[in-house]
Amino acid sequence: MSDQLSRVFAALADPTRRDMVARLTTSDATVGELAEPYDVSVQAVSKHLRVLEDAGLVSRSREAQRRPVHLEAEVFDLMTKWIERYRRQAEERFRRLDVVLAELNEQENPPKEGTAS
Amino acid sequence: MTTTTNHTDEATIEADETLPIIRTTRDFAATPAQLLRAHTDPDLFARWVGPNGMETRIVEWDARDGGSWRFTSGRDGDEYAFRGCFHRVGDDVIVQTFTYEGEPDGVALETLRFEDLGDGRTRLHAQSLVDSFEGRDAWLRSGMEVGVNEGYAKLDAMLASGDV
Repeated sequence: MSDQLSRVFAALADPTRRDMVARLTTSDATVGELAEPYDVSVQAVSKHLRVLEDAGLVSRSREAQRRPVHLEAEVFDLMTKWIERYRRQAEERFRRLDVVLAELNEQENPPKEGTAS
Repeated sequence: MTTTTNHTDEATIEADETLPIIRTTRDFAATPAQLLRAHTDPDLFARWVGPNGMETRIVEWDARDGGSWRFTSGRDGDEYAFRGCFHRVGDDVIVQTFTYEGEPDGVALETLRFEDLGDGRTRLHAQSLVDSFEGRDAWLRSGMEVGVNEGYAKLDAMLASGDV
């Protein structure tokens, strides 16, 4: 799993490819349509697409004549899970910090005598 | 890419899409001064920093502008060392570098800000700038591998004993 995720992150490290992915979130598009906003050749766009395809981020239908590029949203779910694990680990660290801070609070503001703590 | 939760007290992580940055936000029931102390007092820091399930030993600690720090984390005879410099320690900010000694050429620039929310609450804004996307993502990935289960066990125990 982490191998695929490495490819995903490597693929998304390039600003043009991130842009293309952003474009594909709205709808499928042909290579020509994807190339339009950029000052690059269709060949260069195809090269970027191959990287995205290898990472499993996009797929191209074999049947249709215009072979539109399709975004594979499930891969993003995988990444979200990955970051969620990192987040949980940070959260565990912060809960230990909560305990330390609660102690500091008690030292600085000891409960007054006669009141329940 | 952001993961959030409805529980506002829990940590929020954001991996920036255009820069190799990880941003973390978390609210605490403490003042900025207390949060600063928990980050700069070595004994307090060692109690919570982790990684999960590991014993932290402070080797070097000079929490002032230009001072340096080094600590080790160990478990079952395995030991990992981390070091860096406190570039700036202010009332509500810490700017520091962070290096894992297993990869001595890699360094992250960390900025921690303590935002006073009033009523004894403070929001921590932590930003880590890594020197490449590859480095950033390897770092994120490490969250999966290092002691996740041990950390949960420790947390469960703390929850059960009412410490959390």
